[in-house]
Formats: sequence, structure tokens, C-alpha cells
Amino acid sequence: MIRWLGGLIGWSLLATQALAAEPAQIGVGYLGLAATRSTLSLVEQPAENDGTAGARLAIEDNNTTGKFLNQRFTLEERRIKEGEDAVQAATDLAARNGFIVADLPADALLKVSDALRDRGTLLFNAGAIDERLREADCRANVIHTAPTRAMLADALGQYLVWKQWKRWLLVVGSHDEDKLFADAIRRTATRFGAKIVQEKIFEDKGGARRTDSGVTLIQRQMPVFTQGAPAYDVLVAADESEVFGAYLPYRTWDPRPVAGSAGLVPRTWDASQDQWGAIQMQNRFIKLNARRMTALDMQVWTAVRMIGEATSRTNSGDVKKVTDFIKGPDFSVAAFKGTKLTLRDWNLQLRQPILLVDGRMVVSVSPQEGFLHQVSELDTLGYDRPESKCKLK
Amino acid sequence: MQAEVRKQMLRMWRVGLLSGLALAAAPAHAFVAYVSNEKSNTVSVIDTDSWTVTKTIKVGQRPRGIDFTRDGKFVMVAVGDDDTIQMIDARTQAVVDSLPSGPDPELFAQDAAGKILYVANENDNTVTVIDLEKRARLGDIQVGVEPEGMTISPDGKILINTSETTNMAHFIDTNSRQIVANVLVDARPRFAEFKHDASEVWVSSEIGGTVSVIDPKKHEVIGKVNFEIPGLRKEAIQPVGIGMTKDDKTAFVALGPANRIAVVDVASRKVTKYLLVGQRVWHMAFTPDEKYLLTTNGVSNDVSVIDVAAQKVIKTIQVGELPWGITIAP
Repeated sequence: MIRWLGGLIGWSLLATQALAAEPAQIGVGYLGLAATRSTLSLVEQPAENDGTAGARLAIEDNNTTGKFLNQRFTLEERRIKEGEDAVQAATDLAARNGFIVADLPADALLKVSDALRDRGTLLFNAGAIDERLREADCRANVIHTAPTRAMLADALGQYLVWKQWKRWLLVVGSHDEDKLFADAIRRTATRFGAKIVQEKIFEDKGGARRTDSGVTLIQRQMPVFTQGAPAYDVLVAADESEVFGAYLPYRTWDPRPVAGSAGLVPRTWDASQDQWGAIQMQNRFIKLNARRMTALDMQVWTAVRMIGEATSRTNSGDVKKVTDFIKGPDFSVAAFKGTKLTLRDWNLQLRQPILLVDGRMVVSVSPQEGFLHQVSELDTLGYDRPESKCKLK
Repeated sequence: MQAEVRKQMLRMWRVGLLSGLALAAAPAHAFVAYVSNEKSNTVSVIDTDSWTVTKTIKVGQRPRGIDFTRDGKFVMVAVGDDDTIQMIDARTQAVVDSLPSGPDPELFAQDAAGKILYVANENDNTVTVIDLEKRARLGDIQVGVEPEGMTISPDGKILINTSETTNMAHFIDTNSRQIVANVLVDARPRFAEFKHDASEVWVSSEIGGTVSVIDPKKHEVIGKVNFEIPGLRKEAIQPVGIGMTKDDKTAFVALGPANRIAVVDVASRKVTKYLLVGQRVWHMAFTPDEKYLLTTNGVSNDVSVIDVAAQKVIKTIQVGELPWGITIAP
């Protein structure tokens, strides 16, 4: 009886809405890669729907709000296989969707943004952390919800310095993105007064990530690899390629903590984050997707929520209006991080606190206390306005 | 010692009543405040005469929203992680019953008669309607994402619910239990409060950093209260709890991590003073005589006592961990 009554209330609400005018349709496209990257830790292996799961939740959240404003959000997902053309896929998505959230490598993203520039499609970069996309290669039609390497490195560096762990042993992988992360870490050390006592390169000689007796070998390799380092407080690993980072904790020659790509890791989001109302968000996500929420899921969720926030504030689904509002001075979005998130108007990067996580808990959240800024403390993370090389066009 | 004296006086008072004597002077106005401690899973009982914690009651997990029943016999406390609202007997100060709220109840409002309770359930975007006498669930109302703030118009006809991610104040007709209007406010609306003359609803936005003033007839935002504290970055100003004096002249707004209560002139919607209280100030309650205002300070684990007339903080009382909500016996 009670259930029936509840149902009736729900039904009558729906009926009222059905009588109203046709809702404004707001199409959001998602463009990513079909291939998932391989990680050293089996539990960190991304799900096939990494990212899109965040989009689905945000679309649901937007539609809950949208029913009060007569707005209806749809999601069209596209994952391209190796060899497929990102530009073609994006152009196809753009035919039906005014907004595209992308998780693409930097070069592909640039090609897509240039191809879509004259159409007026608004792109969100939810995946690529490359500095150059916000600096020399910045674009006026791309908004970045993904953090940059410098933001991640600064977030970590602030904490290490606060902890008085100022002597760093830097271990860098041999791939390009590892080197880029190492560049960011060096910059952080200089900015915040830490010292890199030595740098080591971990050469990727190939080999499988899964072997039946791998642990025995790793246990012999890692202590030897880290032997003979000058006195240091913390080992900072730059291993975006997932070749060695996760092998370092508990295996260093000297008993030292590990941070960077393993150990204490800077991320925009973590499944263990439960502060500032995040528990509701985590619960909603698990209910919808039957797994826990990753940083990429959050970066995509935030992008789709930014669209929803702007459509409700402007009471419009018009892409131009929504884009102008997002880029304007009054825009902000709430994303369970204890503070409003806003855009850096000089390069369209989303300002956001960065979590420092150990795989089980949120250890800290940067910016750290005492890192001050005249505009926003969030601008102590990453490249600031005066250093920026970006000219939006 | 003071408590002993009070007991003595209370005894005299009762004796006086029993023997039919009229007492010229009543004992000092002592009230009882109940504070929910979100992290310690307890409720602290404060005596407003001695300003001390007289009892700590163990409750369910994550107690937040807290309120007296209209008859003053029970204290209801929403224990979100146990998916229920517990009833504390105000006489024995022990949990005696629970209510069938929906999942993860946080804040709730009751009608003027104290018969119907409306509960915001953050996890499933609904407001649950409960018959307080029968302790039975009457139905649900679908609202926006993460419903939180709840209040009822003085005439009992309109229920306001705010939803934190949808960023709206939903106006719900309490008769038909249907939404009649949705008003967009700034980000993460946490709390709603009617003026006593019903002419305005004030809604605080934690992340937006403002209080929206809504005309409840036209369903329009007609003004905003803005806050600015020299030397404090804007992001730290996060308005949550609101208290309004009965004459509708002065409002008090808790500013969260800004560690301050803003005193607002209701007519001009301007802040006249900031009172420094404990850390992460969240909710508040007046004593019935409106002499004092008590605020919960989450991070410093204490309650600040404000002298309302003097607009001064006069006392700090240590309670449990992460004090969240507060209610004072009618």
C-alpha cells in the first residue's frame, strides 16, 4: 500500500512533466580509445568503461536536475580502435552532439580540436595531462578537466616539503611520458625548495607484467637498483608507463617511503575519498556501475556536470550560450572537493584540489596550508598566469 | 555543585507547586541542548544554566540532523549510516525507538502539529514522508540530486527541500505532496529557513558562498546575502546553518571553515558583524527565550555560546567529535 502510494506520487509527477513542452535536447559525445593500458598492479587495471562510467552518472545527475528545467541529456559513446581516425570519429559525433568529452592522446586531441573549431563544438579534455595542451598548444575550444603533470607534481611536492622530506631520489622511466613527469618533478623541487640528490634511469627492457614467479626476481632487483644512493628522505618515481614504479615500495635498499607514480600518488580522485559529501557520489557511482570510481571517471563526470551546470544556469541548451557561460567569470562547479572549481581563464584549465592517496586512503589534499596565492590557492598548483605561454585562439 | 543547587531548586519548585503556592521567582531559565556528534556517534546533552555537558548518549552511526518533537518528549536524530532516525526519550535520555526513514537520512522537518515528518534522503534523491504517531512511512517525493536542507512554511502548506548537486530549492505542496516550483540557487544549497512572517525563504549555498533570498509566492530569488572577510580567501566562506530571531530583524549565518558567524540585518540583507567562533561552524539553535544562540563547531569539537543581544561569544563547551546539529528543548 505504502509502496503503491509512493509509486502514485512518482507517476503523477511524470504525468505533469509529459504535459509540458518538448524538452531541450542536449547531446554529449564521449570519445576515447578502445584499448586500455596495462598496469603492474592487477587491482589498478582499468575497466573497459573507465571514463564512460563517469559520463553515465553525470548524465543521470544532469537529467534529475533537467527534469525540473525541461532539459534532457543524452550520451553517445565512441571508442576508437588502433588505426581508426580520431578526427573522423569526432566529426561524426559532432553531427549530433554539441559537446564532446575526450580521453585522447595529446596529438589526436589537437587534430580533433582543430577539425572541429569552425563547427562551434565544445571539447573537454578529460584524459591528457600534457602541459603543452595548456601552454604552447592551447586551444580556445578545449576545456581541461584533467590535471596537468605540473599540477600533480606540485601537489605531491607541497606535501613532501610540508613533511620536511626535502631530499628526493628521483627514479625516471625510459619512455617519453616518464621523462615529462620527471621534468615536472624537477620544476616542483626548484619551486618549493626540495633537492634532488640523485637521478636514476630505469630502462624498460621489455618483458611481461604478469609472470608466475615474478615477485622473487623483483625482490632481488629493486634493492640492488636503489643501492648506493646518497642520503635521501623519499624516493620519487616517474613511471607513467607502469614499468617499475609499483615494484619500489618496501623494496628500496634504504628504508624510505616512495611517492610519485607509486606509493603516495597525486590524483584528482580516488575510490577512498569520502569527505565533503563525496560518500553520496561514491555510493551513486557504485550503484550505477557495479565498481569503484577512478580519477578518469571523475574527470569525465566533472566535464559532463560542467555542461549541466551551465545549461541550468543559462536555462538553455544552446552550445554557444553554454560555452560562453562556462568560459565566463561567473562559472563554478561543485565536485566534492571542499571548494568550488573554476577555470583558469588564460588557458581553460580547471582549478582543482589534488588528492594524495596510497591506494587505501586519502593521505592528504593539496594545496597544503601555507602555500599562499594572491588570487586562488589552487593556483599554487601548476603553471600560473604570469608563466603561461598560452594564447587562446 | 551548580547542578546540585539546580536540583535543589527544582525540588523546591515542585514542592511549591504541589502545595499550591505561587512562586514569585522561577528558577534561572535552564534549557537542555542536544548536540549530534557526527564522528563519535554520540549526542551530547548540554545544560544551559551551568553550560556543561551533563550526559553523552550513544546513538547509531553518523548522527547529523537533530530536532525535538513538538511535544518536547523526544529528540529525533538522523543516523545516516544506519539508514534510520532514532528517537531519544528526553526524560530518560536514552534511545527508545527508531523511524522508518529512507536510506541515509540527513536533515528533516516536521509539520506544525508534529504529526508528519519529512526526511531528506541523500542517497536516492527522495524526500520520505513519515507519520510520526504511527511511525509509518507514507510515501516518497522525487526531488533533485542529493536532497539536504528542509523547512516548512509557518502556515504548514509549503515544504522546501534543497538539493545539493541539482542546486535548487524545491517548493513542495504538503497537501498534494507535489513539487509546485523549483528555484535555482548557488552551488551546494545546504539549509533553508523561512522568515517568521513567511515573506521570505533564505537558502544557504555552501560552495557558492552566498545566501539566496527567495520570494515564496513568486518563487524567485529577490536578493542575495554576500560575505566578505578581510584576509580570508573567498573559498573558505561556506555558508551552512541559518538562524533568525523571532522579530525577523536579525539573521545569523554559520560560515563553515571561515570559523565565523555572520550577523545579518534582515531588512537590508547586509552583514553587520562577524563573530569568531570555533572551527568549521555548521548549525545553530536559539534558546527558547532567544537570549543565547548555540553553534556547533565541527573541527574544534566544541559548541560556542553567543549572547544574542550583545552579539558576543561568551562561552565555549567541549563536546564529542565533529559536532554537527543542535536542538534545544522547547
